[in-house]
Parts: sequence; C-alpha cells; structure tokens
Amino acid sequence: MTFYIFLFLAALAVFCGLMTVTSRNPVHSVIFLIGCFFAIAGHYLLLNAQFLAVVHIIVYAGAIMVLFLFTLMMMNLNEASEGHKPALARISAVVSAGLLLFILIAALKKTEPFAPPLTIDHSIGLVKALGNTLLNEYLLPFEFVSILLLSSMVGAVLIAKRDKSPKPELE
Amino acid sequence: MSLLMNIFQEIPLHNYLFLSAILFCIGVFGVLLRRNAIIIFMSIELMFNAVNLLLVAFSTYYSDSGGQVFVFFIMAVAAAEVSVGLAILVTIYRNLHSVDIDELKSLKW
Amino acid sequence: MQLVYLLILLPLIGFLVNGLFGSKLSKTVSGWLGSLVVLGSFAISTKYFLDFYTGSLAAPIDIKAFEILYFQNISIHFGILVDQLSVLWLMIVTGIGFLIHVYSIGYMHDDENFSRFFAYLNLFIFFMLLLVLGNNLLVTYAGWEGVSLCSYFLVGFWYKNESYSNAGKKAFIVNRVGDLGFLLAMFVLLYYVGSLNFSDLKAEALGGNIPSNVALAAALFLFVGAAAKSAQIPLYTWLPDAMAGPTPVSALIHAATMVTAGIYLVVRTNFLYDLAPEAMQVVAVVGAATALFAATIGIFQNDIKKVLAYSTVSQLGLMFLAVGVGAYTAAVFHVITHAFFKACLFLGSGSVIHALHGEQDIRNMGGLKKWMPITFVTFLISSLAISGIPPFSGFFSKDEILAAAYEHNIGLWLVASLASLFTAFYMFRLVFLTFNTNFRGTEEQQKHLHESPSLITIPLIILAALAVVGGAMGIPEVFGGTHWMKNFLAPVVASGSGAAHAISHSTELMLISIASIAAVVGIAFAYFRFVKGGALPLKDGEEKGLQKVIYNKFYVDEIYNAIIVKPLMTLSSLAYEIFDVLVVDGVVNTLASITYWKGKQIRLLQSGNIGFYLIMMVLGACAILGITIWQL
Repeated sequence: MTFYIFLFLAALAVFCGLMTVTSRNPVHSVIFLIGCFFAIAGHYLLLNAQFLAVVHIIVYAGAIMVLFLFTLMMMNLNEASEGHKPALARISAVVSAGLLLFILIAALKKTEPFAPPLTIDHSIGLVKALGNTLLNEYLLPFEFVSILLLSSMVGAVLIAKRDKSPKPELE
Repeated sequence: MSLLMNIFQEIPLHNYLFLSAILFCIGVFGVLLRRNAIIIFMSIELMFNAVNLLLVAFSTYYSDSGGQVFVFFIMAVAAAEVSVGLAILVTIYRNLHSVDIDELKSLKW
Repeated sequence: MQLVYLLILLPLIGFLVNGLFGSKLSKTVSGWLGSLVVLGSFAISTKYFLDFYTGSLAAPIDIKAFEILYFQNISIHFGILVDQLSVLWLMIVTGIGFLIHVYSIGYMHDDENFSRFFAYLNLFIFFMLLLVLGNNLLVTYAGWEGVSLCSYFLVGFWYKNESYSNAGKKAFIVNRVGDLGFLLAMFVLLYYVGSLNFSDLKAEALGGNIPSNVALAAALFLFVGAAAKSAQIPLYTWLPDAMAGPTPVSALIHAATMVTAGIYLVVRTNFLYDLAPEAMQVVAVVGAATALFAATIGIFQNDIKKVLAYSTVSQLGLMFLAVGVGAYTAAVFHVITHAFFKACLFLGSGSVIHALHGEQDIRNMGGLKKWMPITFVTFLISSLAISGIPPFSGFFSKDEILAAAYEHNIGLWLVASLASLFTAFYMFRLVFLTFNTNFRGTEEQQKHLHESPSLITIPLIILAALAVVGGAMGIPEVFGGTHWMKNFLAPVVASGSGAAHAISHSTELMLISIASIAAVVGIAFAYFRFVKGGALPLKDGEEKGLQKVIYNKFYVDEIYNAIIVKPLMTLSSLAYEIFDVLVVDGVVNTLASITYWKGKQIRLLQSGNIGFYLIMMVLGACAILGITIWQL
C-alpha cells in the first residue's frame, strides 16, 4: 500500500515538474509547480516529516508561488510573449539534461545499499523534536537566517522601488 | 513493526534518490530550455525541492533531525532569494520590457 | 678581543654614514668622518702592533666568530686572525689609508660626488681589512671580492667618461679570471684537506698530511688569483688602465694596498708553496719576467700615471720573485717600503696633475720644481728610494730580494737587476721631464701653477719621510743590523726553505755594490739624456722600430683583443643571434602569439548569451561528476 502511495506521488511530482517546464503559458507553469510542491509535501508526510510538510505548503505554495504568480500577472506575460529557442539550443538542452541524469543515475547505482540504523526515532519529524534541534544545536544559524530574511526584505524593496529620476514611467 | 519500518521496507532509499535525481534534471532541463527568466527561476525552485526531498529522506531513514533542520534553512534562503531575484526581474522588466534571457546580452564583452 | 671587531667595523660605519647620508653632510664633515674612522682603525692596529712588537702578545689571536657554511662534515666559520703578518698589513692599510683619505679631502675638493668617493674609500678599507684579517680562505676571499668591487667603483668613479668606466670594467673582468683560480684553490683544499682555516692548513701541511700534488694544484691556483690581483703576466693589463680613476685611488688601491693582496695571499699560504717547489719556480719566473717586461714598457710611457703604473707592476714582479725564491720576509719588506714610496709618488703625481688642472702628459710639463718645491722634493726622495739608492728604504728591501734571487738562480738575479736599472732610468726620466728644464705647457696653465694646499703636501711629507727611514725595519746583518723584520715575521714564515741567507757577506756586499752602481748608472743616463741633452719623448706616431713596439706596450692589449676578446665577442654575438634571438626569443614569442591568437578565437565564446553559458555550466558539471565517478 505504502509503495503505491509513493509511486503515485512520485509520478505526480514528475508529471507536474515536466508540465511546469514545458507549458507555454507561464500561469500554467505556476499552477503545475504548485501541484508538484503538493506532491512533494505528500512525500514529506510519507517520510513522517509532518512539520516540514506543513511549512513547505505554507512557504512554497502559499508564499513563493503566489509571489511568482503576482509578478507574472504584473508583467502580463502570456504564451505569445516568449519566443521559441532555436532548435539546436533545444536539442542541446535535452541532451545536456539527459546526460546529467544519466551520470547522476550512474553515480547512484554505485552507492552502498541502505542499512537502517539500530534505533529508529519516530519523533524527529515532529515540531517538538525539530524545535529542540533547531533552537539548541542550530541556534546561531537560525538567528542568521532571521537577519538574512530581514536584509532580503529590505533589498527587495530597495531594488524594486521606482527611480525618483525624471525618466519617463514605463507601465 | 512500526510504521517507519514498514516504509523502509516497502520503499527502498534508492527510490528517493532516483526520484530526486529525476526532479533535479527536470529543473535543469527547464533552465536550459526556457527563455523566460521567471520560468527559469521556477525551474531553480524545482531543483531546490529535489534536494530538499533528498535531505528529508536521508534524515528520516537515518533518524537524524539535522537534515530536516537544513531543509528548513533552505526554505528560508529560497524565500529570501526569490524575493530579491523577483525584485531584480521586475526592475529589468521595467527597464527593458522583457525578461527574455536571449535579449539580456549586456554581459557581452 | 672586541677591539678587532671595532677595527673592522669602523670603516664600515664610515661607509654606511657617508653612503646613506652623504648627500646631506657638508664636504668637510663627510671627508673628515671618512678619514677619522680610518684613523680609529689605525690606532687600534697600532695597539696590536705594539703588543706584538713588545712581545706582550706572542701567540696569534684566532677568533671563530660564527658559522657561515655547514656541509656534511665541514664547517666554515667567520673568523679573525691577528698575527705578525696581518698586523703589518693592518699598519699599511690603515696608516697609508688614513694619509690618502686626508689627501683626498684636498684633492677631491671640487668634485660633486665627494661623499660618494669617501664612502667607496671606506668600503674599500673595510674589505681590505677583511681580506687581511680573515682566518680562513673564505673570509679572505670575501674581502678579495670586495676590494675588486671597490676597485671597480673607484676606477670608474668618473663614470660619465665612457673610457674610464670601461677601464673599471676591464679591471673587474680581468680580476674575475684570478678569482676563479682562487675559488678552484679553495675547492681543492676543501676536498682534499677538508678545511680552509689557515691554522688547520698549516698544521696539516707541517704534519705532512697534504700530498705534494694537492699542494701544487692549490698553490698554482692560488697564484692565478694572486697574479690577477697583483697584476702579473699575463693578467697585468688591467692595472695601467685602472689609472683612469682619481689619483688617490691609484695611490691607495693600485699601489699600496690592494695589489699587494696577492703577495699577502702567497705569503699567508707559504706552507703550501714550501710543499710545491715547482709552484715556487713558476712564481719566481713569472715575477722576474713581469718585473723586466713592465720596466721596459715603463721607459717609453708619456703619461705620468702610466709610468707609475708600469713601475708598480714591475715592483710587484720583484716581490713575486722574492716569494718564489722563498724570501717571504724580503717580499713583505718590499711591500711595505714600496707602499711608502709608491704611494708618495702617486700622491705627488696627483699634486702635479692637480696644479696643471688635469694634464697628465709629461711632454707638457717640465720645470715644475720652481713652483712646487715640496712636491718636487718628496717626489725626488721617493724616486731615489724606488731606484735603490742607499740609504733610502727601497735600497734595503730591493737588495734583499736581489740577494735572494742570486742565491737561488743567477739568471733570475740578472733579470731582476736589469729591471732595477730600467726602474732607476725611467723614474728619473719622469722626475727630470716633470720637474727640471723649462715648462712646456700653455701660458694659461703656467699662470695658474701653484704649490698644492697643505692637506695634500702634509701626507706627501709624511710618506717621503717614511720612504727615507722605512729601511730601518730590515737593515741586514752585513751592515751591522739585526734585521728586525725577519725576527718579527719568524713565527709566520719560519718554515720557509729559502729564508736563511746562505751567501757570504762579501758576496752580499758585491751584489749591493752592483745594484747601487746600476741604479746610479740609470739615473746618470737619464740626467745626461733629458737634462743635459734636453731630449724630449717623441710625439705620438713618430716612434720607430722596437721603440714603437715598446711604446705600444708590446701590443699586448691588441693581442689579447685579437685572441681572446674578439673571438669571445664573435661567439657571444653568434650565440645572441642564433640562440637568443631565434631559440629563446622565438619560443617565447611563438608561445605568446599562439596565446594571443587563440585568445582572440576563444574570446568569441563570451557572446553574452546566457543560454549558452548555462549549457556550458551543465556540461561542465557533467564532466566533473563523470570524472569523479570514473575514478571511484
């Protein structure tokens, strides 16, 4: 049963991912990517990482993808706005990506088989356990992340702010 | 037999390795294929997620919460990156009326 | 013990102060500073000399200061050796050095590079002291190289004149040949004996641990070095050219101190020569040949300093003759007296040149004794001394050499006596042409004729006085003396085989009379020819036959040019044209143009196309991963 859930989720993720990169309409891409993220959140649940699954949905599907969608709509991009790459470039894209996949698979084939640890901790994906690790072992990076987020916020505002210069406004 | 042991037995770790490798390559493929900078950005997010998935899988399979904490950090960094990156794209769009990377050739010598 | 260091370091301090801050010091300060540091060294040298003289210091001071080099089982120290031999040289170097420094204050007064001159002089004194005080061959070698360097600086001191700086180069390059010999000698000794220390070497030599062929090789190599430094055949050609330097330099370096370093070296290593009679034979023959050869050339020279230069070469030849026949004491004795009168002669010639504003050709001089009495008298005294007229100093030292040569081989004695006769002749030719008869220069020069200032004349007077009484150091037994110097140097050269006089007193008296008569004959001949006869040297280009050959110095420079310099130059220019231009430059230029051309092509890859960059990045990542996996 679990394995079928895995297969289903994996197929969904791969399908949505492929649709994301191949859809002509950017808005469709965003929708498919959100689907893909939900499939990955399902995998997290399957892996007993409930907290991350929830955070993943909130951050990616809720915040990041909304931001993407918002930007796309603001720019008013549609199918017609993006031309095709030359055929040679598309073929080389396929070949390169395929080559990378081939090499990665070849590398993974050589890995040692998985040996489960002696004691299995069922609680690590839970908020309590994760919070303990985060605020004890990783307290300093945690604080740095807060600074990073603050500065990126300031940076985003600063970059996207309109110039006060008398240049003609573009809309 | 616990739930997790059941999962370990039914889903070998290698499945997750292959899944994330495939997702990662799809991301790479998108980056190489598309001309729209925003779609490229989304493909990069996809690659991030492939890595995240791998980290979570390892974390669970080896009972080490460090991997999940790392995913947490990656999410935060990705959020910051997206906010700044999109701001840059907005600025570029405002100036060039395009986010087509084939038209962004000002890096040329 | 510490005083020795001060003795060496004082001139170095003078050099540093004058060299670094000379441009900020006034000429008076810089000149007197340079002189006083040497005076300080002289005072310390005197203290050591008196210690040895009174016998309160009998054993040599031999200090190992610190290690310079360390090989598997050989260690070479920086060390200092003060014994009877080095203390004599210390007295000459610092004493005459001081007088010449004082003289230079007056002589170089109008030179714009005054402080630089004194810096070089101080540096020279420093290296000369190092040479003399080193307790092993390596330290001596360091000083040896240093004095070469200073000689180069000072000969080419007026470097704006190209022929002067070329003379400096010549001096330096010819000395390199000798340095190679010195170096090879050190290698030989280090390899076969395992030490460069004079005391160790001496102990090994006296203990019979040095095979005679090793001693022969080392002695001959050392003699190559000594021959270059002391201007012996065939390496003497640099010394006459070195007269391009300021006259005090000629007096200090090229008459009194540096050129005697070769004698010092041979006397210092006399134990090696005693083991190699063949080497001594070579030294004696080369010395005698040089003495006669240079004296012959000296007869027809018209440049006042060139005459003195050839005279120096000739006198050095006599010293080597003495060394070669085992009369080390006589050689040292002659070095000292020669330092007195030759320094005086050079300084006197400098005084004349100074008065004539740079005129050096004796054909344009004459009658100067009217205007320059002090210079004349001191010059005359020194000329008498060098000619070997009793009782001046040169008489005693030269006769001792002649006696030693006679005892060894009558042929050598004959050559040396002939050289002495020539010496007397050309020295008095110089005196008469310069100071007697009438002035032959321009009226403009005649108007400005004057005696030199006291800074110049006082050193002259002191040196002339020394040239008179210097012989007292070695009055031979035949005159009732005890020959103080022989006793003084006995601990250093005691092993000398030929040092003891085997000839009877009557023979010695006969030799002395012959030498004195020869000198008088030479002087008389010069007197009748140039004063009574009023003869003048021929103008350039009028010489004929043998005279022309001699006037042109036997064309030795030309021969060297033809057989050594020209082929080398041709070879170098061939090497330059073929190897340098074609091979070295060719390879470098080809590499550079390939890089340039390829760069031009590869530059086009930087098209600014982001998509292309991305594909390249992915392929690069693939390649790296692929290689990594391949190696697993």
